Amino acid sequence: MTAIDVTGLRKTYRGHEAVRGIDLAVARGEVFALLGPNGAGKTTTVEILEGHRRRDGGEVRVLGDDPATGGRAWRARIGIVLQDTEDAADLTVREMVRHVAGLYPDPRPADEVIELVGLTEKSASRIRTLSGGQRRRVDVALGIVGRPELLFLDEPTTGFDPQARRQFWDLIRALAAEGVTILLTTHYLDEAEALADRLAVLVDGRIAAEGTPATLGGRAAAGAKVSWRENGSTRTEWPADPTDLIRKLVATDADLTSLTVTRPTLEDTYLTLIGAEK
Amino acid sequence: MTTDGTFAPAPGRAPMRAILRRQVRMELTLTARRGEAVVLAMGVPLLVLLGAGLTHATNVPGDRLGFVVPGVLALTVMSTAFTGQAITTGYERSYGVLKRLGASPLTRPGLLFAKTAAVLGLIVVQLIVLALVGVAVGWRPHLGELPSAVGVTVLAAAAYSGLALLLASVLKPETTTAAATLIYVMMLAAGGIMFAAPDLGTAGWFLLPLAAHAEALRDALTRDEPIPLPIWLSLAAWAAVCVTAAARKFRWE
Repeated sequence: MTAIDVTGLRKTYRGHEAVRGIDLAVARGEVFALLGPNGAGKTTTVEILEGHRRRDGGEVRVLGDDPATGGRAWRARIGIVLQDTEDAADLTVREMVRHVAGLYPDPRPADEVIELVGLTEKSASRIRTLSGGQRRRVDVALGIVGRPELLFLDEPTTGFDPQARRQFWDLIRALAAEGVTILLTTHYLDEAEALADRLAVLVDGRIAAEGTPATLGGRAAAGAKVSWRENGSTRTEWPADPTDLIRKLVATDADLTSLTVTRPTLEDTYLTLIGAEK
Repeated sequence: MTTDGTFAPAPGRAPMRAILRRQVRMELTLTARRGEAVVLAMGVPLLVLLGAGLTHATNVPGDRLGFVVPGVLALTVMSTAFTGQAITTGYERSYGVLKRLGASPLTRPGLLFAKTAAVLGLIVVQLIVLALVGVAVGWRPHLGELPSAVGVTVLAAAAYSGLALLLASVLKPETTTAAATLIYVMMLAAGGIMFAAPDLGTAGWFLLPLAAHAEALRDALTRDEPIPLPIWLSLAAWAAVCVTAAARKFRWE
């Protein structure tokens, strides 16, 4: 059974079509990343899947149910880590996690979850005293405390320092290893590459490309990027036959101390995809 | 991490009643922790009650406490159901709290129910405390019209709540706070709580729900008289309009 099944999803806000017919399928236990520039419709799509927003067209099935009519039992099976929450509550971390845990039928112990997100030293601190990054971790804790089968993460590591991001990635990998299905939106391509089994790029409300990090947008089939310095400036080529070009360069006695031959990064592929669509 | 039973195929159901009770308790805890909310909720009404009721600082007709105490009770309902709720809801909306809790197994209706129950509970406690203080300093209410008094209070609370949720959905939280406080102060000044307001008559009752509610409580509790029809109509109209507007415009984020 697929965790998420979307066909022809549409959503319009006051005359602006934010989502223009998206098809998406996420398998159980998969980590799926949704990429795209701001305004592409990522957050809208995810909010529709979470049951937070009504759609204007298309079929959606999340864990077998339509999010628009999902009741308590459905909500208990999904976890949501929101973007942009600034909870300045006068509750301590532990109180908040315990409270949200109590809304679920089979929650993880609060202290275990607090430790998973690395906030054990802060568990008795009031949330309003935490830094932005620490509050995001509280959001993550609240999203996973209910032992969800499916977890929605909307740009989860925005504002995290590199160490915190790595810790977070380890957490996501651990959850994925437990079998949790994860739908992740992110701007960080290294994050998508590190975590995702499959990903899709959303541009202007449509899916521009879909695939695995290795094969997205024909990346695997694309040739190598060759760059070197010539007459004081850097030249870059994407030759159909890299070997041939390099042989030619060697023959011309060019200065090859700064020669690089690289496969396109996910970022290159992504930028090409969003650039091409615009 | 457990390797067995992590995903129960049919997860046991936490009874909704238990969840709602937890949320109500949480709402009350949060209110108690917000110092300024407590001051607003209890401090100001007590001050007005004792200040206007016991001293001759303001110009009040006849039976001093009989005039002031029902007015303070009406004021308390407004400060909790309108001012406090508008401010809290405005910030909770902007902080994503409403969105998150609405998306949890609490569900949106559950959250609204819990908040309503918490506000009503708080109002009941405040009214009892203030009434007891009033009695302690010499107020002698009549209880014959108590059901009517409760009835108008429910209407007033509904109107205030609707207006609070409307403001919180339409304005930024800082603006909501300013507007709610300003309206509160204006109503306090004009509403005939601390001093006899100019007699606007029936028109005044329609314009100022606080004045209408205060007068209704005076009729019922101090004078032991039935509440005049125009007041019922006014408060019912306010309640209907405000609740409908809130239902249409309420935003979860």
